[in-house]
Amino acid sequence: MSTAAQADPAAPAGSASPLAHRRPLGDRVFQILAAAAGVLVLVILALIAISTSQQASSWFSTEGWKIFTVDWNPATNSFGAMSFVYGTVITAAIAIILSVPVSVAVALLLTEVVPQRWARPIVYVVDLLAVVPSVVWGLWGILVFAPWLFHIYTSIASGVKGIPVLDALFGQPVSGASFFTCGIILAFMITPIVTSLSREVFATVPAIDKEGAYALGATRLEMIRGAVWPHSQGGVVGAVLLGLGRAMGETIAAALVIGSSPVITSHLFAAGYDMPAVIANQFGEASGEFRAALIGLGVLLFVITIVVNLIARGVVERSARRKRGA
Amino acid sequence: MRLRYRQQVTAAGVSVVALALTLGACSSSSSSSPSGGSSASGGASSSSGGSNLSGTLNGSGSTFQLTFQQEAIAAFKSAQPNLTVNYGGGGSGKGRTDLAAGTVNFAGSDSPIPSDEASSFQGKTILYFPVIIGPITMAYNLSGVSNLKLSPATIAGIFSGKIKTWNDPAIKADNSGANLPSTAITLAVRSDSSGTTQNFTEFLVDATGSAWSLGSSSTIKWPSSARAASGNPGVAQVVKSTPGAIGYVDYSTAKASGLTFASVKNKDGSFIAPSPESATAAADAVALKPDLTFAAVWQGGANAYPITYQSWDLVNAKQPTAADAANLKAYLGYLLGDGQKLLPQIGLAPLPSSLDQKAVAQLDKITS
Repeated sequence: MSTAAQADPAAPAGSASPLAHRRPLGDRVFQILAAAAGVLVLVILALIAISTSQQASSWFSTEGWKIFTVDWNPATNSFGAMSFVYGTVITAAIAIILSVPVSVAVALLLTEVVPQRWARPIVYVVDLLAVVPSVVWGLWGILVFAPWLFHIYTSIASGVKGIPVLDALFGQPVSGASFFTCGIILAFMITPIVTSLSREVFATVPAIDKEGAYALGATRLEMIRGAVWPHSQGGVVGAVLLGLGRAMGETIAAALVIGSSPVITSHLFAAGYDMPAVIANQFGEASGEFRAALIGLGVLLFVITIVVNLIARGVVERSARRKRGA
Repeated sequence: MRLRYRQQVTAAGVSVVALALTLGACSSSSSSSPSGGSSASGGASSSSGGSNLSGTLNGSGSTFQLTFQQEAIAAFKSAQPNLTVNYGGGGSGKGRTDLAAGTVNFAGSDSPIPSDEASSFQGKTILYFPVIIGPITMAYNLSGVSNLKLSPATIAGIFSGKIKTWNDPAIKADNSGANLPSTAITLAVRSDSSGTTQNFTEFLVDATGSAWSLGSSSTIKWPSSARAASGNPGVAQVVKSTPGAIGYVDYSTAKASGLTFASVKNKDGSFIAPSPESATAAADAVALKPDLTFAAVWQGGANAYPITYQSWDLVNAKQPTAADAANLKAYLGYLLGDGQKLLPQIGLAPLPSSLDQKAVAQLDKITS
């Protein structure tokens, strides 16, 4: 008995009831399981990082700073990654710009405007978007959506011809497969995530805050701006960043609709490329340094995602601190 | 204080165990026997010549071979019901990587092992068994033009973006008398890396030399106006849906999609339409190396179609067990024997008999 008490100082001294004993044991098992799960994730992450960097090392060593050029041409063994980084950033940005206002508006609609019994069916429909497999988005995008968009692109392009900035952005469409099409498809894909996370965040706003705002004579819009928004800012930013992570990492849908042309151009309607898509497209036949370069792109994407996540965390924490200070 | 210390110890212990488990799993998978997925169950292992073999053969690689492998595996099943053969695509590069890692028994590859990969096969003798050849078509979509003829120089001009319309003088020169419209040319190319791209560009390099500046590789930096699509069916779809489009599409896909394709001028100067027969004629004339590697593109011969490519099955000459060796011999023997008869109906060409006999003779080099 005394040894048991020694082995487990958390147990209250002298308590001999079986109930008091069982709980610390359960706690201990739970603690071990939880710690194991946590450490396992870290170890897996570390092993992925190590093995991919190792396999990509010949790319980093032979190309050196040239990995930050635009020239990607396996026929001449030049593997510059910047056109893919550019494509990843541009398509993710388009997706975020298109998706966030819609997602936040839908989330506000569901939590603040429509009554519960109407909200539920809308939630189901939005969540249904999330279960559409990405390959279906991609195939629909390239077979149905892109040809249709191409007509719109050409009419926009002829409309902006000669106008300085707009022509550079929206001129010269080649086909329906482009940065912009990819951005739209990604926007469709991340909308359900951002919507449902924002909805959860908005739902945590204390009713007393909202009622307080109404009591002061606020309209619904003023109430949302004054009570709901300050409370949920950080959470919404977190939701957006999760969406951003998904948009940057999306592979098959992007590979199908982005157009597969490694260029940096201001023309959003031109065919482009992004990092996950080029890996998916070109890995099968790659060998030697080509293969190393593709794995290296994966490492680069990994790094970019981590940086984005860290920035995200910083933003959320700062806004939380500010709120606490206020 | 003691409590916290204990927690730290627990956490450290757990992490060590997890690390050990993970690393253990890793090392055991990387040091797995070279036979990999093969598991020959006993009994039949001693049977030679293979009347009743059992076990599993795994292969991966070339998607060019995929349809043939699927057909052959289904037909082989009736000859050897207890020998299971699996073939996953994934691309020639993946097949060679898998073979080097020992996770498959054979790899399908559209090109010989490139020099920068040779180090991963160090100390092993790899045997090449040519199994299929096939034409790559110049498929196009141009209403009213049914018998287009193209010379290699014209094809190089089109695919490097220098020839932009169908009534370009170079195309007119190849097609005297034909009524060519002024439609703009849309290039349809592969977005994924492919042995088809590799062999098509090798043809352009061999046939036109310096006129082709984009080089030869499984992925090419095409003009930015090109429409890229995934796989032969993807390119076929672009050609089919885009008036004025031209693309390089594997013959069986072009046939299945109902595309029109051009006759291409061969080394002897005659325009030849792609077909299994003209592909076999091209392979008949190849300069064969002792290890049975060759390139079927741009071969001489009056009836040879110039954009013909080939695919090999690669195996280790030294197999870990007698059963593996017997199983591989039986399956490869089938591919080179009765399996060849399956090829014309799926739009591929059988090997010319001289080449086939050499490949069959090489089967004896598979030992345990």
